[in-house]
Amino acid sequence: MSAPNKSYDPVEVEALKPEEIARRTDEALAAVAAAADLEALREVKAAHAGDRSPLALANREIGALPPHAKADAGKRVGQARGRVNQAFKARQEELEAERDARVLVEEAVDVTLPFDRTPAGARHPLASFMERVADVFVAMGYEVAEGPEVEAEWFNFDALNFVPDHPARQMQDTFFVQGEGTKGDESGVVLRTHTSPVQARTLVDREPPVYVVCPGRVYRTDELDATHSPVFHQIELLAVDEGLTMADLKGTLDHMVQALFGPDMTTRLRPNYFPFTEPSAEMDMVCYVCRGASVGNPDRPCRTCSSEGWIELGGCGMVNPRVLTACGVDPEKYSGFAFGFGIDRMLMFRHNVEDMRDMFEGDVRFTRPFGMEI
Amino acid sequence: MRVPLSWLREYVDLPATETGRDVQTKLVAVGLEVETVEKLGEGLTGPLVVGQVLTIEELEGFKKPIRFCTVDVGDANGTGEPQEIVCGARNFAVGDKVVVVLPGAVLPGDFKIAARKTYGKKSHGMICSGDELGMGDDGTDGIIVLPPETEVGSDAIALLQLVDEVLDIAVTPDRGYCLSLRGVAREAATAYGLPLRDPALLDVPPPNSAGYAVKVSDPIGCGRFTARTVSGLNPEARSPIWLQRRLQKAGMRPVSLAVDLTNYVMLELGQPLHAYDRATLQGPIGVRRATGGEKITTLDGVKRVLDTEDLVITDDRGPIGLAGVMGGANTEIARGVSDPETGEVRGTTDVVIEAAHFDALSIARTARRHKLSSEASRRFERGVDPQAASAAAQRTVDLLVLLAGGTAEPGVTEIVSPSAPRTLTIPASHPDEVAGVEYGRETVVRRLQQVGCDVYGQDELVVTVPSWRPDLTDPNDLAEEVIRLEGYENLPSTLPLPPAGRGLTERQRLHRRVGRALAGAGYVEALNYPFMGAAVLDQLGIEAGDARRRTVTLVNPLSDEEPDLRTTLIPGLLGALRRNDGRGTHDLALFETGQVFLPTGDEKPAVRLPVDRRPTDEEIAELNAALPAQPRHAAVVLTGAREQAGWWGKGHPATWADAVEAGRTVAREAGVELTVRQDQLAPWHPGRCAAFVVTVGGAEEVVGHAGELHPRVIKALGLPERTCAMEIDLDRVEAAADGPLRAPRISSFPVATQDVALIVDASVPAAAVETALRSGAGELLESLRLFDVFSGEQVGAGKKSLAYALRFRAADRTLTAEEASAARDAAVAAAAEHTGAVLRG
Repeated sequence: MSAPNKSYDPVEVEALKPEEIARRTDEALAAVAAAADLEALREVKAAHAGDRSPLALANREIGALPPHAKADAGKRVGQARGRVNQAFKARQEELEAERDARVLVEEAVDVTLPFDRTPAGARHPLASFMERVADVFVAMGYEVAEGPEVEAEWFNFDALNFVPDHPARQMQDTFFVQGEGTKGDESGVVLRTHTSPVQARTLVDREPPVYVVCPGRVYRTDELDATHSPVFHQIELLAVDEGLTMADLKGTLDHMVQALFGPDMTTRLRPNYFPFTEPSAEMDMVCYVCRGASVGNPDRPCRTCSSEGWIELGGCGMVNPRVLTACGVDPEKYSGFAFGFGIDRMLMFRHNVEDMRDMFEGDVRFTRPFGMEI
Repeated sequence: MRVPLSWLREYVDLPATETGRDVQTKLVAVGLEVETVEKLGEGLTGPLVVGQVLTIEELEGFKKPIRFCTVDVGDANGTGEPQEIVCGARNFAVGDKVVVVLPGAVLPGDFKIAARKTYGKKSHGMICSGDELGMGDDGTDGIIVLPPETEVGSDAIALLQLVDEVLDIAVTPDRGYCLSLRGVAREAATAYGLPLRDPALLDVPPPNSAGYAVKVSDPIGCGRFTARTVSGLNPEARSPIWLQRRLQKAGMRPVSLAVDLTNYVMLELGQPLHAYDRATLQGPIGVRRATGGEKITTLDGVKRVLDTEDLVITDDRGPIGLAGVMGGANTEIARGVSDPETGEVRGTTDVVIEAAHFDALSIARTARRHKLSSEASRRFERGVDPQAASAAAQRTVDLLVLLAGGTAEPGVTEIVSPSAPRTLTIPASHPDEVAGVEYGRETVVRRLQQVGCDVYGQDELVVTVPSWRPDLTDPNDLAEEVIRLEGYENLPSTLPLPPAGRGLTERQRLHRRVGRALAGAGYVEALNYPFMGAAVLDQLGIEAGDARRRTVTLVNPLSDEEPDLRTTLIPGLLGALRRNDGRGTHDLALFETGQVFLPTGDEKPAVRLPVDRRPTDEEIAELNAALPAQPRHAAVVLTGAREQAGWWGKGHPATWADAVEAGRTVAREAGVELTVRQDQLAPWHPGRCAAFVVTVGGAEEVVGHAGELHPRVIKALGLPERTCAMEIDLDRVEAAADGPLRAPRISSFPVATQDVALIVDASVPAAAVETALRSGAGELLESLRLFDVFSGEQVGAGKKSLAYALRFRAADRTLTAEEASAARDAAVAAAAEHTGAVLRG
C-alpha cells in the first residue's frame, strides 16, 4: 500500500463515490427483487452481500481514507449495506413463506380416509348396565355384595322362608346339583334361582344397618327363546335398619327408575306374594317407550308394554321378619325392604333389543356398538 | 283360576256398567293378578236359534259323509218353513234339538254366515258345534245336541250364555281361598265396598250316627271328614246347560252330572269334593297313611306305588283314592249307559259325597312325589277353608237332589279333630309402622274385619283370622291386608338415609378395570352360558386327571350333552368365536370374565340348617363346604387379523403373543407383574404355550396360560387356523397384588443409552436373558427393551441374537461414559454367566 496521500480526495476513490455506491445498491436491490426462489436468492446474496461483493469491497477501501473522510464514507457504505441486507431478509422471508405454503399444499392428505386398523373392543351391555344400576345405589351410600352362583338350598330357599314343599319352591324352576353319594335333588345344592341368597349371606355376615345391592347371574330351567333365557341377570337390593317402611321402599324405587330412565318416570306397586317379603309387591314402571300413550289407543299400539302402559320390573316388599330371624337379625328392632329385578328385560326395553338371544350369542356385531359404558 | 263375570255377579252386585277390564283393575289393586280378560262371544251376532231336525238325507259320492237336513226353526227364519242345511257332523238324529245359525249372522272370528251352494245343495245356514260358537270343549266332538225340552225357535245366544267375560287370575300361593268364586267375590266385594252373598252360608243338619261309616286313623293328615249320601238318582240325568256352561267358562270339561256337580261346588266354594258310587264301595271309608308297597290305579288310569307318607282313602279292599289328590278308578262314578236289549239305563244311582280337609304339606308332598297335580291338590296345598267342608257337602247334596231327582239321606257323617282358630296380637299401630303411613286404629280394624277377622282391643289388637286365611300367621301378614286394601298406590314416596358407604371394594374395582382394559385393548366381551359336557374337554385334549375334568354336574340339565358347569371359560368363548366366524366375521378378539366351578371332590351334601335362629359360624362353614370353589377367571380368544391391512400398509395377524399380552394386560390392572414361562398344557400348542406365574405370600403360583391352540384342538373344534387363547385366575392375580403403587422417583439428569446384542442358544428364553441383564446392570439401569431378535447364518446354527437397548441414569449426577459402560459390561457379564450369552461382535 502507498503512503498516505494528504491531498487525496476521498471522492476520487471510485468505489466510494456516492453515485457508485448508489449504483451498486440499486443493482443489489434489483437482484434481490428478481430472485425467484431461495436458491437464486442465495446466489444473489453471495454476489451482492458476500465478502467479495462490490459493497464489501468498497467497505474495505474506507480504511485507506484520511480520517476526516472515513466517517462520511463509512456512513454511506453502512447505510447501503443495511438497505441491501434488509431487502435480503425481507425477500428471504417472503420466499420461505412461499416455499412453506407450497410444501403444506403438497403434504395435504385425504382426511376422510377410514382408519380401522385396530377395531375397538366393547363391554357387554349387560355387564356395563349392571354396573350402572349398582352405581345409582352406590351413590346413595349402598355397598355392592356378591355371592356364589352354585348355592346351598338353605341360602337360596330356606333362609328366605321358602319352607320345604312350599308351593313357592316349585314356582322357580330350579337346576339341582348332583351330590356325591346322593341321588336326584338331594345334594342341597342348586344353581341360585335369584340373587336373593346374597341377602341372606349379607345379613348373616353383617350387623345392621345394612344397605347393599347384589347384581349377578341367576339360573332357571327355561329354554332360550326370544324372551327367556336359562341364564339371566338380576340386581337385588336389601336395606335393613331401624324404622324402615314401605314408603321408603317406594321412594327408593322411584329414585332408581328416575336415575336410570329419566326424571319423569314413576313406579307403581301391586300386591303380590313372595315368601321372603311381607308385605310383598310387584313393581311396575311407566312404559319407557310409550309413556302410557298406547293405553286404550289401538292406533298407537306399544310392543314394549303390550299397550298396558306399565312394564313389570320385578318383585319387592318388606323383608319378612322370618328371614331376619333366620339370619340372626332381631325383627323386633329392625325392619327392612328388598327388591330384585331382571336386568336383561330392563336392558331390552331401554335399548330396544328385540330378541333375548342376541344378548347371549356373543355376536360382536351386537355388542361392539355399546362401547365401554351404557 | 278362571272367573266368569256373570257368575261372579251372583255373589256381588257389581254395577251393571262395570266391564271385565274395570273389574280387573279393581282386583289388581287389591292384589289379585288378573292376567287376562277374555271376551267370550265377541263379535257374535244372530240369528242363532234352537232348531229341531225334521229330516236327514245322506248325500253319497263325497269324500266324507255329508247330510242334507231340514230343520224346524219356528218363526226365527221369518217364514216358518223348514230350513235346509247341509251338515258334515253325524252325532245327531231326526228329532234332536240343535243350534242353528241363520244367514246374516256372524260367528266369533268374523265368520259371516250366508246361504251358499255346497255339495250340490243350497245350505241356508249351519248346524253349530261348540267350537264354532267359542264355547270350549264340551267333550262331544261334534255339533251341540240340546236337551229335548229346549224350545224350538228360541234365541241360542242367551240359552247358551255365549256372551260373557272371563277373568283369568294367577293365584299366588298365599291366596288359596281365591281358587274359588267365593274367595274372588269376597275380594271384589271389598274392592267395591259392596256386601258379599256368601255361598257357604247354608243350613247344614247336625251330624248323626246314621251316615256312611268313616274311620279317620290319621287326624293330623285329615282334620275333617264329612260324608253325605244321596240315593235314587236318575242315571239318565244330564248336567243342565247353565251348569255345563259355567264349567266350560271356568276351563273344565263337563263329564257327568255327579262329577260336574262336585267340580262346580269346588269352583264355587273352593272345597274339593269326591263322589263315590255307593254300589262299588265295600265297607266303611277309612283315611290312613299308605303301607309300603301298596298300589292304586288313579282315575287317570295310572297305576301308582304308594309311599308310607301318602295319605289314602280306603275301603275294605284297600286304597280307593289318593286323598286330596285324585280318586281311584275302582269307585268311579259310572255314566248312564243304556242296555242295548232292554233300553234300560244303568249307571250310578247312589253316591257318597266326601268333603274332607287334608294337611297342606302332606298333599303337596304326595302330589310332588307322584308328579300328579290336580285341581284338588292345588287347592289343598294352598290351604282350603276347613269350615266350608260341611257347607260344600250340603250344596252338592242340594244340587244333586235338584238336578237328578235323588233323595238326601238323613245320615250325616262328620269327623272333626278339635282345632282352635288362630289368634294374633298386634299393636294397632303396626300396619302404620310397616307402611310409613298413619292409617289410625279405626281404619286398621275396619280393614281387618273386611278380610274376615274378628278384632278386639284398643292399642293392642287381638285378631282372630278367618278359617279361609291360613296364610295369615304373622303380624306383617295383617299389615299387608290393611295396606293393600288401603291401596299400595296411595303409599307416599320417602327416601331412607343410609350411613355413608365405602363405595366399591378393591375386588369389584379390579373386575371393572379388567373389563375396561380388555375392551380397550380391542376385545369384545361375551357372556356365555356356563354349561358344558365331557365332549368339549375331549376336543380340547384335556386329559383324565386334569383338574378341569372334575366338574359340578346338574341333575336336570337343559341338554344331556352339557350337564356340567364350566371349569374353564375357554369352551364358551370358542363357541362364540365359531358362531361369529360362521356368520362371516373372521377377525375376532373376544373376552369373558366370570365364575368357573371347581369342586374339590370333598364336598359333602349340604346340611339343612334351622330357620328359627341364625346358624352358628360352624354350621355356616359346614354349609359353605358343600359348595365347590367358584373363582373368577378372565379369558380371551382371538383369530384372524389383530391389525387390519389397509391403505396404511400391512396388517398383523392375531398371534400367541397377543394372547400372552392379554394376560399381562389383566395383571397390570391388578398392579401385578406376571412372570411368563414356557409351558405345555392342553389345549395349547406344545411349543407356543406360556404359563403365567405370580408370587403370593412369597410362594410362586401358576395362575394362567396363554398361547396358540394345539392344531389338533383347532381341527377337532372346527376353529380357524392359528386361533389363540388366554385364561387367567383373577382371584389369584388379585391375591398377588401388593397394595397401592409406590411412585417412581424421576431423575432429571441425562440418560446414557447403550445397545447390546447377545448371542444365546435358541432354547434360552428371552425372559431369562432379561432377568440376568437386569440383575447385572444394577441400580443405574432405568429401563431395558428388547428391540430385535435375529437368527440366521451370521449367528450360527441353533443360536439366536437378542438386541437390547439399555438406558442408564443416576438419581444424583450425570453419568460418565465410563460408568455407563461399566454397568453395561456388568449386565453382559451376568447374562454370560446365567444364560451363556456372548456379546455379538
